[in-house]
This record gives sequence, structure tokens and C-alpha cells, in this order.
Amino acid sequence: MISSLTQAERGAAMLITLSGMVAGLAMAAAGRGDPMGAHGWIVLAFFALFFGLLVRAAYETEAPEDRSLAYYDDPTKVGILIALAWAVIAMGMGLWVAAQLAWPDLRFDAAWSGFGRLRPVHTSGVIFGFGGNALIATSFHIMQRTSRARMPGQVAPWFVLFGFNLFCLIAASGYLMGVTQSKEYAEPEWYADIWLVVVWVVYFVLYIRTLARRREPHIYVANWYYLAFILVVAVLHIVNNLAVPASWTGAKSYSAFSGVQDAMTQWWYGHNAVAFFLTSGFLGMLYYFLPKRAGRPIYSYRLSILSFWGITFFYIWAGSHHLHYTALPHWVQTLGMTFSVMLLVPSWASAGNALMTLNGAWRKVRDDATLRFMMVAAVFYGLSTFEGSFMAIRPVNGLSHYTDWTIGHVHAGAMGWVALITFGAIYALVPGLWRRETIYSWKAVEWHFWLALAGTVIYVFAMWNSGIIQGLMWRTYGESGTLLYSFTDSLVAMHPYYVARAFGGLLFVTGAIIGAWNVVMTIRHVPRQIPAQDRPTTPKTMEPALPAAE
Amino acid sequence: MEISHELFVGFSKSFGLFYLIALSVGITLYAFWPSLAGRFDKAAKSILDDEDGPCR
Repeated sequence: MISSLTQAERGAAMLITLSGMVAGLAMAAAGRGDPMGAHGWIVLAFFALFFGLLVRAAYETEAPEDRSLAYYDDPTKVGILIALAWAVIAMGMGLWVAAQLAWPDLRFDAAWSGFGRLRPVHTSGVIFGFGGNALIATSFHIMQRTSRARMPGQVAPWFVLFGFNLFCLIAASGYLMGVTQSKEYAEPEWYADIWLVVVWVVYFVLYIRTLARRREPHIYVANWYYLAFILVVAVLHIVNNLAVPASWTGAKSYSAFSGVQDAMTQWWYGHNAVAFFLTSGFLGMLYYFLPKRAGRPIYSYRLSILSFWGITFFYIWAGSHHLHYTALPHWVQTLGMTFSVMLLVPSWASAGNALMTLNGAWRKVRDDATLRFMMVAAVFYGLSTFEGSFMAIRPVNGLSHYTDWTIGHVHAGAMGWVALITFGAIYALVPGLWRRETIYSWKAVEWHFWLALAGTVIYVFAMWNSGIIQGLMWRTYGESGTLLYSFTDSLVAMHPYYVARAFGGLLFVTGAIIGAWNVVMTIRHVPRQIPAQDRPTTPKTMEPALPAAE
Repeated sequence: MEISHELFVGFSKSFGLFYLIALSVGITLYAFWPSLAGRFDKAAKSILDDEDGPCR
């Protein structure tokens, strides 16, 4: 990895890691006796690791590689491996917290292992650790291929990838220590948030610079979805995390918003995190890998443009449906509900577009588990967007809100849609990226597919049952007009579903472990195969592929 | 001019309506503009051979 960096690039990387070490040391010193101090040591160790690697390689000669002849795939490869590691860890955490709900003794009485601390490790680990790394890795692949141009420079992609993972590490370790802003999917405290802004801006600039070097007249639609993901997540992240630190030497901060404004800002963020982190970027993945794997162009390119703008402009307004029957003005709730229902149109346009693309390639779907992952992902995308629009309707929400139905809905999206399209993309990418003949075991891919599908179906059905029973029990009145069931009654009724949910999660995480094993075995044991072509077109663009010093 | 809740509501219910309609019309025109058919067609097919070498 390091040997392909020029001396100038190594110098820049050393400077960055050194600055990071200084910042970590400052955090550790200033935040003594506070969780921020512990985070300082993590930051220091993180940057010291990379500094050490750079120093060790400092006297190695440069391995001159003609950068105009190949795409820069090393960050993509590392990103995929990190994503798989996060998948196993974070889905394992999910299994643990699911089991805690069924058998509370599994907490083992430690402070750090309580549901409230482990759950955000699961959610952030899956969304940011697994999903985020997969998005970064695939975006690096897609932006280069669709532009037929190599990324400019070799430091920025590593900065984005490892910088993002430092954010994930700070987040997860913070939760275990009790550091949280108590904002859903935005739990990390102020210094982690500031760091993520830096990383994200570099990511955006890197993407735009690659597109600026493109050798294609038209920017392929998958890039639009990835760019919407990067740009809107930046806006959401900055606004929702506006806060005043209680002190510069501690983790605690206070949000700039209060009361119902805070709730509205949070759910504007929260719902659009689902929209632009968990949907837009993954639609980019779908629009690239599904047509490619099926060997057929997307059914309607025009429809993909319409659904892109539909999703972008409708989703932004939908967040208030999380606050039905609250202090939020009634018309704002209605606005959110209306846009949520309208969202069904662009969502189903995308899902339908994907499935129509497969018309004529169903034989491939049957034979090829990789394509089947993508096909089922599109189906789950259609199902969960329909369910989401339905649940956003105020009276339906009166039954579903605060129940496990919401959990079921989120997991239909996260497992059935996001995780399945990601696994499909990973299986499609791995042999080509590592220049291998094939995947190590296609049988293992089949196992993974069926375990993932069975796990998702069991999980979602358990939560539908559990949620609707909860919702009904909480609104059942006796003859005297009092509630018939206590909260504990509904809790007891949930037990069988919680066991079933944990079992579904067990199947899913088993599939993920098999997938990670299969990828590692492919890299280690499958014979090499160099493709005849997979390279950028001859550059005669504004920006040279080689740094100016060369 | 006082910055009030009513002002924002009025703004979002008037301007908000029109700019969203204008955007939808503009985007639909772009997506279905006849002379862009070739460009979109080429783009849709372009990804199928992008790993098999330069396109042109």
C-alpha cells in the first residue's frame, strides 16, 4: 500500500498523522478524568499506528506505477474488508441486545453492557461501520469506472476511509463509556462531529475532482445518488449537531435547539439519515451493480432521473411524521405525512426499474446468488418503502408508533434492502478487484443468501406480530374506561417474539460471518487472473494522474 | 417586519408550493426531452463495458 505512494505523498501522510497524534495528545491531556481523555488516547494510538507504518516504509524505494494505466483500487479493497469486519461486530452486537431483551440476565450486570449503551453500538456499527464503509468503498469503485478516470492523488482516499473509521471508533467506544448526545443516529459528541465534517468535506472534494477528470460526457446516474448522499448527509450532520460544549475539556455538550424545535431538527436529520445514508447511496449501488451483473442496461434511464429528483425533494420534508400527536404544529405533521405518502412514487419507480431490468435475465437470477441478493434487495426496498409510507399516515402511526412494528420496519429496510444490496455488490466486486478467477465458494454464497433471507423474514414477521399486539394492548379499554392491560402485561406477551427475533438475527449474522470468511478465502486461495482490460482511458485532462512533482 | 411563526407558515405555503411544482416540471422536461434520448441511452449502456476497457 505505502510502496505505491510517492515521497511527496508519504510526506503529506506523515504530516497528517503527526498532527493527529498531537491533537490526540492534547485531547488526552486536556480531558483528564473525562471520557474525552480516553478518546484522546484512542486518537493518539490510531494515528501513531499509521505514523509507525509510514516510518517503517520511509526508506523503501518508491514502486513506480504508471498511474495512467490503472484505477486506484487499494482503498476500495481495504474499505470492503473493514465493512465486513464491522458487519460481523455490529450484527453480533445486535444479536446480543436482542438476546438481552428476551433474557435480561445476559447483561451480566456491567455498566457498559446495558441495553442503552450496546444498542447504539449496534445501530451506529451497522449504519456507519458496515453501511458507511461499504458506501465509501463502492463509491470509489463506481466513480472511477463510470468516469473512466483514476482518482486524483493517493492520500485523500485513505484520509477519507481511515478518518471515517476513526469517527466510528470514537463513536462506539464513547457509547460504551456512556458518552452520548441522546440524538438517534447522531449520538457522538461535539469533537467527533467536528472531525466527521473534516472527513466528509475531503470526501466530497475527492468525488468532485474525480468527476472533473471524467472521460464520459454524461455523469452516470449512480454518481448522482452517491453525491446526494455525500452532500445532504453533510448538511444534516452539521445542522443537527449544532451544540455548545459544556467545556473544551469534556465530552458533554448542549444542543443549540430545545423543546419541539430540537425534536423537529432531530427527526428531520433522523429521517433523512435513512433517506440519504441508507437509501440514496445504496440506490447508487443498485443502479450500478444490478444492471452490470444482469448484463442489461437499466430498464429506463429516464425513470431513474425522475426518481432521483423525486426522492431528493420529497424525503427532505418527510421527517415530521416521526412526531405525530406531539407538540409539533398539526400542519407540520400533515406536511410530513403527505410527503411520506408521495414518496411511494419515486421509491417504487426505482424498485420497479430494477426489477424490470431483470426481465429477460430471470435465468441468471435463479443461477447466480449474487444477482439474487440484488433482486431480493430491490423487492425489500419496494416493500419497506410501501410500509414506511403507510406507517407515516397519522392514524396508522397511532397504532404503530413506540411499538416493535417500527423496529420491524427499520430492519426490513436495513437487513432486506441495505445489507442484501451491499452483500450482492461485495460478491460482484471481490473477484475482479483482487484479480481472482472466481469466488472461493459459490455454495457458501448460496448459504449466505438463504440464511440472510430467512433471518430477515423471521425477524420482520416477529416484530410485526409483536408490534401490532403491543399497539392493540396499549389501546384496549375495559368497560369502566380504563386500560385493560398494564405495560408489564404487554412485555410478557412480547417474550416469544423476542426469542424469535433473536433467532432471526442469529441466522443473519451467521450468513454475514460466512460471507466474510468466503471473501478472505477468495483473496487467499483463489488463483490470480488478470483481466485483459480494466483501466482508465488515456488521460488528457486538466489534472494529471501523476502528481506535478513527477 | 416581524419574524413570526405566521410569516414562515405563509412563506412555506406559497413559495414552497410554487418552487416544488416548478422543479417537478423542469425535471420532467429534462428527463423526457427528446433530443437527450441518445445521451441517456449511451449512458445506460456505458457501464456494461466500463471494466472491459476504454469506451472510445
